Amino acid sequence: MSGGLPQGGGQRAPLLQVRDLKTHFAQRLGLFGRAGAPVRAVDGVSFDVFPGETLGIVGESGCGKTTLGRTILRLIEPTAGTIHFDGVDLLALKGSALRAMRRHIQIIFQDPFSSLNPRLTIGATIREGITVHKLAEGAEVDIRVRRLLDEVGLRPEYASHYPHEFSGGQRQRVGIARALAVEPRLIVCDEPVSALDVSVQAQVINLLQDLQRDRGLTYLFIAHDLSVVEHMASRVAVMYLGHIVELASADDLYVEPLMPYTQALLSAVPVPDPTKRRSRIVLTGDVPSPANPPSGCVFHPRCHHPSRDAACERIVPALETKGTEHLVACIKQPPTSIDWPQQQRAGAVNPAARYLPIAAIAQRSQS
Amino acid sequence: MTEPLLRVENLRTYFHTAAGLARAVDGVSFSIARGETLGVVGESGCGKSVTALSMLRLVQPPGRIEPGSHIWFEGRDLLSASDEEIRRVRGNRIAMVFQEPMTALNPVFTVGDQIAEVARVHDGASRRAAWDRAVDMLSLVGIPSPRDRASNYPHQMSGGMRQRVLIAMALMMNPALIIADEPTTALDVTIQAQILELLASLQQKFGTAILLITHDLGVVAEVASRVIVMYGGQVVEEAPVRSLFAEPGHPYTKGLMQAMPRVGMDRERLVTIPGTVPPPTAWPSGCRFRDRCAFAWERCEREHPGLQSVAPLHTARCHLVDSGGDDSASSGGDTRRRGEGARP
Repeated sequence: MSGGLPQGGGQRAPLLQVRDLKTHFAQRLGLFGRAGAPVRAVDGVSFDVFPGETLGIVGESGCGKTTLGRTILRLIEPTAGTIHFDGVDLLALKGSALRAMRRHIQIIFQDPFSSLNPRLTIGATIREGITVHKLAEGAEVDIRVRRLLDEVGLRPEYASHYPHEFSGGQRQRVGIARALAVEPRLIVCDEPVSALDVSVQAQVINLLQDLQRDRGLTYLFIAHDLSVVEHMASRVAVMYLGHIVELASADDLYVEPLMPYTQALLSAVPVPDPTKRRSRIVLTGDVPSPANPPSGCVFHPRCHHPSRDAACERIVPALETKGTEHLVACIKQPPTSIDWPQQQRAGAVNPAARYLPIAAIAQRSQS
Repeated sequence: MTEPLLRVENLRTYFHTAAGLARAVDGVSFSIARGETLGVVGESGCGKSVTALSMLRLVQPPGRIEPGSHIWFEGRDLLSASDEEIRRVRGNRIAMVFQEPMTALNPVFTVGDQIAEVARVHDGASRRAAWDRAVDMLSLVGIPSPRDRASNYPHQMSGGMRQRVLIAMALMMNPALIIADEPTTALDVTIQAQILELLASLQQKFGTAILLITHDLGVVAEVASRVIVMYGGQVVEEAPVRSLFAEPGHPYTKGLMQAMPRVGMDRERLVTIPGTVPPPTAWPSGCRFRDRCAFAWERCEREHPGLQSVAPLHTARCHLVDSGGDDSASSGGDTRRRGEGARP
């Protein structure tokens, strides 16, 4: 699955290109450190992010979305695969070249309480990046800090205050200012609003959108909340057990989800409208362990596709085109590159057949 | 009209702290009918969890339930009951399901022991009989191979399973009321769907009333028949669930609904509620929401609004409702009603 992925953006060059990325964690079992099966947190992920867009990454706990974000920043080293940023091979960078590159890729963390140093004033926190990367000197640094605070909707006087004096929403604004201080091109937003109350969450979402518009930022937006991702992202990748199982424009994904996992995920979102009672696809059981993922399609033990059969346990489905810029990893949703004779040899009894249960479809409301 | 299962009357729980008097719950009144699901919605610091803890008298100092508060349940006031009486109510007639299934379970006992303990304490059941009942409960809440699973420790289970264990524990004595405080907040959406479905089916089977505390309007819309919205330690709106979503009466409720991105909504800019919740030591005078309200005027600062009638069984604590609608149904600050909202 390396090389040209048929996906969005036409002829534009991607800002970030990830191919076959794997991040496995070694496990030691028992007192004497017997090597266990590695945890395959990210297990062969490929995608592009184009300049100025927001690519959403959704998935449930343990799907590998956070590990993916951190691997891209090289906060965690990958096991295999490539990451190119603006044509530069990120994994080949070392020392000062890597540090210089870090300026261009920043991260906003989930927890606004633990991601700020409690002993630094917020001014000092924001200033750090500016001085490390020598973006300004002397009085110019303070001017920048004040301008950044103003840009994220905080009073410039707050520069001399400490994190404990702020609410969760305000701290998240500080986290955003800290990321912006070094003028990055790509920001990995790792669950940036999930710790916030609804009313504050909306403020931060609007701020992120304003900043993207004003500064031409590119976001990799990682979240478990499907409604927030739909609101933020132009394209969305759905992860399950370390794999991207579906990747499409937000419009397509929410109207025509083709991967049975995405269908179940969408149908599970509670709808804040008591007049709409949707039938729901309730998945049985829990997500399997990424140290011992199921064979074939990782979703097959919980899959509700009517054509699911023995072939799903044996064939690893590739992420392939099912519609315009709509990629899905499922051999039972047509069209598929695994033809019928091939499926039969793997024990198939049910040919691929299009399956789109009503429950999966988001009703576009008129409101 | 029959007496409701539980009636909270002017509940005030204050925390006497060094930083001042925190009026976390400040004059809350509502009732729950037998077998109904009442949703309690609000953001951090609105007083919803302290309300729940107060109902079982689990508030710890410096918190104190103030005199004049009443919680009527099965014919007596829980707040004036003896310690012995309240122990017979807790876990027996009223059970609680907490948000974090990991911290709510004891890590050094098997889940079977912990569920069985409920029957041993409340029924004086023998060790063997209690264990058998625990296994039955695990099977009832949909845990596969319950006999083996009963010997598991909490860390051997996933979050969804642990939440099922807590529900099994809550249901052990077939309580009349379950207080569920954010029971699905720590869970993924697909697991949340499983748990909500389980709660609904068990409720139907046993006729248990549920007080469901949540910050998620989507969850409320799906499972509650009636809803109260809390802000600043008070109930600011109470309504049957359909009426609340069709015609939110309080600007805060409207704001919450608009601030929430929803699947299928046009991707326009979100409407926000400016500012943040004030600390409970310093509620604003008059209407507690006025600092953040787009419609506030001079009266909102001067006068604390009572609950005004918006529609049948639907009230909101807002002067706008008072001046905008008819005032025939409003009777001062107490237009609390009983009865269940229509459940489709």
